[in-house]
Amino acid sequence: MTQSPLLSQASTVPAVQVTQASLIYNPLQAPVHALADIDLSIAPGEFVSLIGPSGCGKTTLLRVIADLEHITSGSVLVNGVSPHEARLARAYGYVFQAPALFPWRTVLGNVKLPLQIQGRSSAECDAIARQHIERVGLSGFETKYPWQLSGGMQQRASIARALSFEPRILMMDEPFGALDEITRDRLNEQLQQLWQRERRTVVFVTHSIAEAVYLSTRIVVMSPRPGRIVRVIESTLPDERHLGLRDSPEFVALAHAVREALADGHDE
Amino acid sequence: MATTSKPSVSSIFPITVILLAVVVAWYGLTVYLNAPGAIERVLDALSPWTWQDLVNATLNMQRPVLPAPHQVAADLWTSLVDWPLDSPRNLLYHVAVTGESTLVGFAMGTALGLVLSICIVHSRTLDRALLPWVVASQSVPVLAIAPIVLVILGSMGFSGVAPKAVIAMYLCFFPVTVAMVQGLRSPQVIETEMMHTYAASRWQALWMLRLPAALPFLFPALRVGIAAGLVGAMVAELPTGAQAGLGARLLTGSYYGQTIQIWSALVMSALLGLTLTGIVATIETLVLGNRRQA
Repeated sequence: MTQSPLLSQASTVPAVQVTQASLIYNPLQAPVHALADIDLSIAPGEFVSLIGPSGCGKTTLLRVIADLEHITSGSVLVNGVSPHEARLARAYGYVFQAPALFPWRTVLGNVKLPLQIQGRSSAECDAIARQHIERVGLSGFETKYPWQLSGGMQQRASIARALSFEPRILMMDEPFGALDEITRDRLNEQLQQLWQRERRTVVFVTHSIAEAVYLSTRIVVMSPRPGRIVRVIESTLPDERHLGLRDSPEFVALAHAVREALADGHDE
Repeated sequence: MATTSKPSVSSIFPITVILLAVVVAWYGLTVYLNAPGAIERVLDALSPWTWQDLVNATLNMQRPVLPAPHQVAADLWTSLVDWPLDSPRNLLYHVAVTGESTLVGFAMGTALGLVLSICIVHSRTLDRALLPWVVASQSVPVLAIAPIVLVILGSMGFSGVAPKAVIAMYLCFFPVTVAMVQGLRSPQVIETEMMHTYAASRWQALWMLRLPAALPFLFPALRVGIAAGLVGAMVAELPTGAQAGLGARLLTGSYYGQTIQIWSALVMSALLGLTLTGIVATIETLVLGNRRQA
């Protein structure tokens, strides 16, 4: 109940506000412009994908928003405060490319890790973690160790972990990149349904056009050297989606637009 | 992570063959090494003697150069069975004395190693300041340090277990420190960053990530450490003219030419060492049993 004033306040403040942000590695000897003059605003409840070839800075941009890297100029606000403050306020859950589950903890133990860090009581941790394990469809696997799970199940456990403390923003860095296509399709569908139900803000990094078009309400196309945004494409697909949609003319047209934007960025 | 596999018939057979070979070689060596002494002290009295007399004499001498296995076994047996546990004639009494200093020293060494490694991992300054000294400490022979430690601690009023435990600790802390520095640094970047995104404090990262990640590095070091601690405890018993302990037993045995006593003490210290490392290995299996590296 305490969340409702927060949510109404959140609807006025952008979840993520990036203004003229640049990041230059090694500025003295051989400067590398990882990010150049990035402007991006993400409203609460949006599902935004960052797509582009390797080296375009999509992961770097996500890491900047998550306070894992720091810009050299410009500004980044998360829920109206700096990424550092947002991280300390536990504003976001971050899903990495690899599941990064601790091999000495069971699925339940891994999912309740963020809750334990927040110092919640053991019973509360257990109850909340079980609920999130159920939400990603891993009920019955609570006492299994990570090595006993398939790659897709491991990544689902890591999503449950990122969501366990109900962050308003979910950041995902190519979370399904290492999985086979069949598993990836199924997880995409589940992620879509999850977003559908809960309408959390999602920032999603991918190099798959189909994945970006299927999941996003907005697709940010990026390009390397220097890392920049070349085009932002609004999705015309309905909010409620199923995998069959991928054969619709609308989907194909969107995928085409993204491909064009990627090619434009490459030619420049 | 299974370090102790269950003995099967196929693994018992080769071990038995080697054991038999060692026993046979031991008996051969006993006869060979004791023959001169036996001829001089026993056989010259009864002037015509046969090979049987020689073998019989060499295998049952009072103070042989090399006692036969059955003599050592008999000595061990009488020591364990014929004397009460609190008698200095009972080897278990000495095992308890040495075992106590070993375990106290092992606990102190492990604690010191843990504290040092946590300091080293968390501070670049301490890394540069401490690690070279930790390494250098081990190039000083323990035999040279032991008397000094005993004298200094003795003058400060410490006697009994404490000085011996300190020397055992001196040998224990090194493998623990080195392994834990490596283990505490073993988490991958992605795991460290994940803790960072959850706004975990340094201590939470230590407690929930670094320490559990370091356990597979810690246990092999503990096995080495407890064996080294036993060496330290026994070495510490040598220069004091200690009344009790396996080290003291070895020393009095060599003073009075009681070779059988030396060998019994040696066998007991080997058994003690095996038992201690076995206990550590068992705890390792219990703690790390359900882990498997991906």
